[in-house]
Amino acid sequence: MAAPVIRVRGLKTRFGQQVVHDGVDLDVSKGEVIGLVGGSGTGKSVLLREIVGLMVPSAGKIEVLGKDTENLSESERLSLQARWGMLFQDGALFSSLTVLENIKVPLKEHTKLPPDLIDEIARVKVAMVGLPPDAGDKYPSQLSGGMRKRAGLARALAMDPEILFLDEPTAGLDPIGAAAFDELIGSLQKSLGLTVFMVTHDLDSLYAICDRIAVLVDKKLVIGTIDELLRQEHPWIRDYFHGPRGRAASAAKGS
Amino acid sequence: MQTGTLSANWEENQFVLAASGRWDIASAERLGPMLRDRMPGRKGAPVCLDLSGLTALDTAGALLLDRLIKRLRGQGHVVAVVGARSDLCALLKDVQRAAAGAEPKNPAPAERRPAFPLADRVGRATIGIWQDILSMLNFLGLVTVTAARLLRTPNRIRLKPLFFHLEQVGLNALPIVGLLSFLIGIVLAYQGADQLRRFGAEIYVVNLLGIGVLREIGILMTSIIVAGRSGSAFTAQIGTMKVNQEVDAMRTLGLDPVEMLVLPRMLALLIALPLIGFFANMVALAGGAVMAYVYLDINFGQFARQLQIAVSTTTLFVGLIKAPVFAVVIALVGCYEGLRVSGSAESVGLLTTRSVVVSIFLVIVLDAIFSILFSYIGI
Repeated sequence: MAAPVIRVRGLKTRFGQQVVHDGVDLDVSKGEVIGLVGGSGTGKSVLLREIVGLMVPSAGKIEVLGKDTENLSESERLSLQARWGMLFQDGALFSSLTVLENIKVPLKEHTKLPPDLIDEIARVKVAMVGLPPDAGDKYPSQLSGGMRKRAGLARALAMDPEILFLDEPTAGLDPIGAAAFDELIGSLQKSLGLTVFMVTHDLDSLYAICDRIAVLVDKKLVIGTIDELLRQEHPWIRDYFHGPRGRAASAAKGS
Repeated sequence: MQTGTLSANWEENQFVLAASGRWDIASAERLGPMLRDRMPGRKGAPVCLDLSGLTALDTAGALLLDRLIKRLRGQGHVVAVVGARSDLCALLKDVQRAAAGAEPKNPAPAERRPAFPLADRVGRATIGIWQDILSMLNFLGLVTVTAARLLRTPNRIRLKPLFFHLEQVGLNALPIVGLLSFLIGIVLAYQGADQLRRFGAEIYVVNLLGIGVLREIGILMTSIIVAGRSGSAFTAQIGTMKVNQEVDAMRTLGLDPVEMLVLPRMLALLIALPLIGFFANMVALAGGAVMAYVYLDINFGQFARQLQIAVSTTTLFVGLIKAPVFAVVIALVGCYEGLRVSGSAESVGLLTTRSVVVSIFLVIVLDAIFSILFSYIGI
């Protein structure tokens, strides 16, 4: 088996006295779509931020694309960052730039493509995430929350990254938009061999596109396919997947 | 990892373009010129685009393929795409659909150019300033009405934020105001002494210092420092709250932003500025006294005696009476600009700058008006 794309070993996170993660292990292999779920305040976003290097864990080792994220030279870090894309919860678009300019930022920074091609790539991304063409020339403050999220996704996808990190990607989207988003991720994932790591609460997304699901409970990860997790005895996991919403999503998948 | 290439050759009567390797964003730079070079010379010949050698395709690569196909069709060739893996083909179709939808529409008609651009800009700026003045007066009215309402129910005055802001704008400003005032005192005494010594009138340095500092410099300097320090902080705080929709949240909770945000700040500044001003006056005089002692051999007793002759309590109050007015102006401008912030981080920065510039401008203008007024009534 090829080396995992993301590899986390013995990760611990502490904020003062409060222990958030205590020995988290995770392997994500290439081309996999993995969903991270867990109750509020269990440190899902913290784990995501640690993997992309925005926070430093208290202990443990994180490797992304075979590189230890903690000991990187500046140039290695830059080239690694060009190979992943991250979608923040509220899009985190640069508010002084239009949507198109936002998407062009990584392209201009990391490639030497001619401006007309960069422009076309940016426009195509705008269309691919389902935004109308005229949204490209708008500023983030002129867009609705859902549109900002799509624009953020377009920026995360600008470099056609190998790994896509998504923080609650479908929260705030209408159900049709959320389904289209799942489909988009699915098709990109197939054609690019994209690896997707998403924090989500959307059970429909979990059923629709996730190959495996990682559940943060008791400061550790429980990882498995949906079928495996459905058989889990842990009370939180049972409530999560067998609750009314879990059953509805499961039924939708079955039909 | 094989980078993407495009090779071309003739097979019987058709021109075969074979794309192979990875067509991704890393190869896109090299592929661009290749696409231009490998074109069939013969007009209208059928073209077969063979994608069987493709190992990977991303949107940038698919876009290049799309461009290639469009260009060939544009030149009148019949293009057949063969051999693509189904997943790659799906992506190509997605991108083609997106690219077709992404065609930039007709740009909005350009704005009509004015006949006299300079006059146009001056006119717009004048109207803008006039509207600014009107809306700031409007805001002053709103704040006054809210304050009057609050005066009738004084138990609604929020003490906690009031004391918080008193500490922020008052207590925490003392070190910097003190230091700068002390230095101003030294500079004034030094420059004055240099001139007065020619007449043998060194002792009048004390008069110069006393009247200059108490009437004008002390309070003016303090107001300018506070405008830069606290006026900007007001704008940035309220502006960031506006960006985070906290101000909207207050409104929906039935809380009045003017009462919650503006009045505590204004009241705090109204109390603090005269006090800091007085502190600045004293420190500036102390600075002058030290300089007079070191440079002119005027000891502190002589200094105090001469000061008593030179200034009266009127001199002090003529200076300090301006402080509440300046306080209202600084708080008003700072909060007004903060509430005008809309949406972006950029607008917070822009309006913070504006807030400092406008409040310092107004402070100096008002100071001049006070001077004229005082000389008119003869104090």
